[in-house]
Amino acid sequence: MPLLPRWWRLVLAALILITLPILVGYVWLVLAALFERVHGLVPAGSLSLKNWRFLWMGAVEERPSIWVALKNSLVFAGSVASLKVIVASMAAYAISRLLFPGRGVLLGLILVLHAFPAISLIIAIYYILRTLGLFDTLLGVIMVKVALELPLGVWLMKGFFDNLSWEMEMAALADGASRWQLFWRVALPMVRPGLLALGTFAFISSWSEFILPFTLIVSGQNWTLAIFLQSFREEAFVDYGMLAAVGLFYTLPILLLFMVGQRFLLNIYGGGLKA
Amino acid sequence: MRGVGLGLHNLSKHFGRVVALRELTLGIRAGELVSFLGPSGCGKTTTLLLIAGIYRPTTGEIHFDDRRMDALHPRDRDVGMVFQSYALYPHLTLYENVAFPLRLKRMGREDLDRRVRQVAEMLGIGQILERHPGQVSGGQQQRAALARALVKEPKVLLLDEPLSNLDAQIRLQARAEIRRLQQGLGVTSVMVTHDQAEALAMSDRVAVFSMGEVQQFAPPEELYYRPANTFVAEFVGYPSMNLIGGEFVDGRFHGDGVEIVAPGCGYAGKGWLGIRPEHVRIGDEVPGRALVVESQGREALLTVEVSASLMFKALLPVEAAPRAGEQVGLGWEDHRLHFFDRSGVRLPGYGGGRS
Repeated sequence: MPLLPRWWRLVLAALILITLPILVGYVWLVLAALFERVHGLVPAGSLSLKNWRFLWMGAVEERPSIWVALKNSLVFAGSVASLKVIVASMAAYAISRLLFPGRGVLLGLILVLHAFPAISLIIAIYYILRTLGLFDTLLGVIMVKVALELPLGVWLMKGFFDNLSWEMEMAALADGASRWQLFWRVALPMVRPGLLALGTFAFISSWSEFILPFTLIVSGQNWTLAIFLQSFREEAFVDYGMLAAVGLFYTLPILLLFMVGQRFLLNIYGGGLKA
Repeated sequence: MRGVGLGLHNLSKHFGRVVALRELTLGIRAGELVSFLGPSGCGKTTTLLLIAGIYRPTTGEIHFDDRRMDALHPRDRDVGMVFQSYALYPHLTLYENVAFPLRLKRMGREDLDRRVRQVAEMLGIGQILERHPGQVSGGQQQRAALARALVKEPKVLLLDEPLSNLDAQIRLQARAEIRRLQQGLGVTSVMVTHDQAEALAMSDRVAVFSMGEVQQFAPPEELYYRPANTFVAEFVGYPSMNLIGGEFVDGRFHGDGVEIVAPGCGYAGKGWLGIRPEHVRIGDEVPGRALVVESQGREALLTVEVSASLMFKALLPVEAAPRAGEQVGLGWEDHRLHFFDRSGVRLPGYGGGRS
């Protein structure tokens, strides 16, 4: 333990106090998911797996089995993460390294786009997807999500590429690399921390994405976990035990990913500078 | 590995409105090591990158023997290059760094392995090939960079300040080693440096750059004994040559409160007179007062006040040096004097000979 100044304890106490409501929320989630009933934060009844019966439940009316929703969520988040990393790194490399007409304008536009509240576009997006025949498909939501998140990704990756030394690229050229080989074999491996951070970030953000799938997907077969969870809240008699269990189930993968990926995530806020 | 002759014809490079290099014409012989020497921003690195094909010339031509190269991609030029920062790829082992140019050529596994090990042995890094660049010393990184440049057996080797990131001690050793290697392989080499000692010690010929132009292209001794103009005279040699502005009249030079006999100089008019500190002796040509005496061990560097506006530097044996504040008379052998006209161009006459 590093020795902290005394007043730090006060700061810590204050921080804990502020965080408490969220902590309590998570404690409730875990308790409610594991026990038959809870009164507030006090478990009533015994430990039970009853709340977890959704795991072996098949489709009920509109609602698919959770495994279908899980698969959809994985496909959704995975595709968004990979697409975003691929497109953002290529765009960012071009913006960082190549001189082309309109580069400055493009940079400005990307920033503006990032600041733009995406949700205000939702109706326009609905019509676009319908016209393209992509409404109510996973592919459609994936493309919308990637498009909306791309500006931030490009901007972040540009920072990473900006930090690469020109000499390194010149060396690759002198070694006989083409521009493409240079990109794939030298530039990309060197911004690997950035790629991992961006990918993790995109995955987490897509995993918790609710409004886009909720608006743009109707058929149960295409539901993601977020819609699946929401559907329990809309029932006449809300089974809070099961709702909590589904919520916990929904949280676990992301907790896991965060534990693995937090090293990369920290990198993104470090501005991409690697010691 | 036989080098090629390297020809640069009217080579210019502009970056927007900035002229980095102006109408450079230079012929480098096969197997020669030529240094580009000059202060930073003088166009020497630009020239190197033009030869490598990383920059495209604004105008002019580059020839390797009879082949015109200036429109070709670097990969089709057969050049190897060592960068100041070494620019090793941090995500690859030294082995993969050295192998990189061969992998790009899609060389077969066995040939590649043989070539990489051979060049690594030659440079003494055979034992550390599995390490990453971050795990080896600066000197080893420099060798790895050299190995990467040499592994494809280039016709031309380009070195951009290859020694400037090394400790002083290793630098002397690396200097000799690069030269030995270069002569052994017979590869035509161009080295950029701002360190004149390095340039003079290693090169067959040196091109002195200033303001995007070559001031003089000559063997080291000639730069020293017959500098083509006042820039080269002042830039080459340490401490710098004493240069006095003034006027030549009837074989005498008048400037800054001194009058010096300029024997054999037929030129009349404004100009410059130069004498190297190491060629100044105790004598009776110019009287003055020793202002500062810096001991450098074997020799002492004197700053002598000759007149209110003229300081003279003189390098004297310690026994002969006066103490600070003492009166001292300076002199020299006539053939040590250099004469330059008003625009700084060398005048024929004295200053050429070794004694």
